[in-house]
Amino acid sequence: MTQLTTAPPQQPTDVGRALRTAQLPTAAPRLVLAAAIVVGIGVWLGTGTPFLGVLFGWLTCFVLPIASAFVEGSRKATDRLVTVLVTSAFGIALIPLFSILWEVLRRGTQVLGIDFLTFSMRNVVGEGGGIYHAMTGTLLITGAAAVISIPIGLFAAIYLVEYADGNRLSRWLRFLVDVMTGIPSIVAGLFAYALFVIFFGEGVRMGIGGSVALSVLMIPIVVRSSEEMLKLVPNELREASYALGVPKWRTVAKVVLPTALAGIVTGVTLAVARVIGETAPLLIIAGATDSVNFNLFDGRMATLPVFAYASQRNPGVPPEFSIERAWGAALVLLVIVMLLNLVARLVSYFFSPKGDR
Amino acid sequence: MAKSIDVSDLNIYYGDFLAVEGVSIPIAARSVTAFIGPSGCGKSTFLRSLNRMHEVIRGARVEGKVLIDGEDLYGAEMDPVNVRRMIGMVFQRPNPFPTMSIYDNVLAGQKLNSKRMKKADADDVVERSLRSAGLWSEVKDRLDRPGSGLSGGQQQRLCIARAISVEPEVLLMDEPCSALDPISTSVIEDLIHELKSQYTIVIVTHNMQQAARVSDETAFFNLAGVGKPGRLIEVDRTEKIFSNPSDPATEAYIQGRFG
Repeated sequence: MTQLTTAPPQQPTDVGRALRTAQLPTAAPRLVLAAAIVVGIGVWLGTGTPFLGVLFGWLTCFVLPIASAFVEGSRKATDRLVTVLVTSAFGIALIPLFSILWEVLRRGTQVLGIDFLTFSMRNVVGEGGGIYHAMTGTLLITGAAAVISIPIGLFAAIYLVEYADGNRLSRWLRFLVDVMTGIPSIVAGLFAYALFVIFFGEGVRMGIGGSVALSVLMIPIVVRSSEEMLKLVPNELREASYALGVPKWRTVAKVVLPTALAGIVTGVTLAVARVIGETAPLLIIAGATDSVNFNLFDGRMATLPVFAYASQRNPGVPPEFSIERAWGAALVLLVIVMLLNLVARLVSYFFSPKGDR
Repeated sequence: MAKSIDVSDLNIYYGDFLAVEGVSIPIAARSVTAFIGPSGCGKSTFLRSLNRMHEVIRGARVEGKVLIDGEDLYGAEMDPVNVRRMIGMVFQRPNPFPTMSIYDNVLAGQKLNSKRMKKADADDVVERSLRSAGLWSEVKDRLDRPGSGLSGGQQQRLCIARAISVEPEVLLMDEPCSALDPISTSVIEDLIHELKSQYTIVIVTHNMQQAARVSDETAFFNLAGVGKPGRLIEVDRTEKIFSNPSDPATEAYIQGRFG
């Protein structure tokens, strides 16, 4: 073999000519990316406008497909062009995410501290105070919403997948669930308010009402995600269970649900994360207060999103402290959602069928 | 243990579609009966109707009688769940429960039915079933490992251990070796020979040599044409079917002229 590599290059054969094409060096994409960053920073510093920097940096990336068109031919140039476009789309999608994270972290951390997490806003004017009341309110209301939604949603999904057999009722159910997924959250809030007015009269404010409103939003998500997960359970496992003389309900409870558990838990957690940030329905039915309220069934209850909204809307004089607290509440909410996602990942890791990992 | 089966005039439907027509066949206790025939001729469908697994599919139903020791499986008061406890089944593709360990897989029939067992009894059942399935020596040190981590052949033997751990009277096998390599196949064929002394075994196979190797009786199924229902052509001693079948279609199939 060494002889071959040290031998002088042979004249290309016909086959060789047919198979070979000119190629850009492997490092070309990285070089172009580096050049784009340099151009971008240069334009930014030169003009003082970050937008122009990004624009020119982005345009520089197109050097790669153009160079490729001259050297490598049109097929590879198209490939490189599409690669640049797809990657830019990915980058654009990341911008809002990082921008939000950055802004919330930058402005939220200023106010963060033990006091902020352990004090309520009772009798606080100006500086100081905390979000203890809003945090407990959010956790209680969302927790109660989960307690209402998870059984209903999960059982509905089990009905759809295991018992409905595609009958008329199940088609309607699926359609209505899809419609419910698109319900504006304010409508859910009005529904809960109207429902509670029937029993408690006009002007009712209750934490549990917020839970009901959030359940209206959460149930369709739980149904849909659980349904998809249950559908993924191979039919062979159900048949294996039946063939052992296991009745259907035990098969569902002990074979189908455990197999799908990881996905169901992930779906439920994402549904919780989705509704925990809802503001509009809670504004209507749970209201806002400055005091701690642990009783879901009595009176107004503060929640993080409503607190952030109210602090921003009516900051008082001077406004800085209140607005600072609004960002702090936003940060805490974000952290709670991230923790939920983390828990979902851990659960799906530990509960997924063994042998797959 | 081990019961005989007597099927008379069984029609099997999927909705309005008649899949298998007019099957009558006696199956002796403590014997191996093989079903052979071309694809789509209703062997598996017929097999599934023997432990009422057929009706798990929506719209599927049967007409006729399946007698097990004289009792009609499709009688009005028969509970399909109890029927399946008495007549176990092994499927074409190994399907151990992915959430369970090897130990729990073997005991699945008991555990899923929440049957209380002493630990010592449970250990006993697991060891006995795995020994019968010829898997004990390979897995005895890793009973707590997931069943899905085994090789295909081991998984299939695990499924056989699972099926026999509930001590059925009859064992139905739906092409148990079609997803396996020749070595695993021969292990399972040896196993069938051993299990024959305790169980009535019915096996569907595409592999005629396998039918000749493992079975005492062989039934040949065929269908008259596309869209026509499958029928039982003949059933006889395996040696006779493979040496001197009564029906020319059987002979043609066995000699490889079609199918």
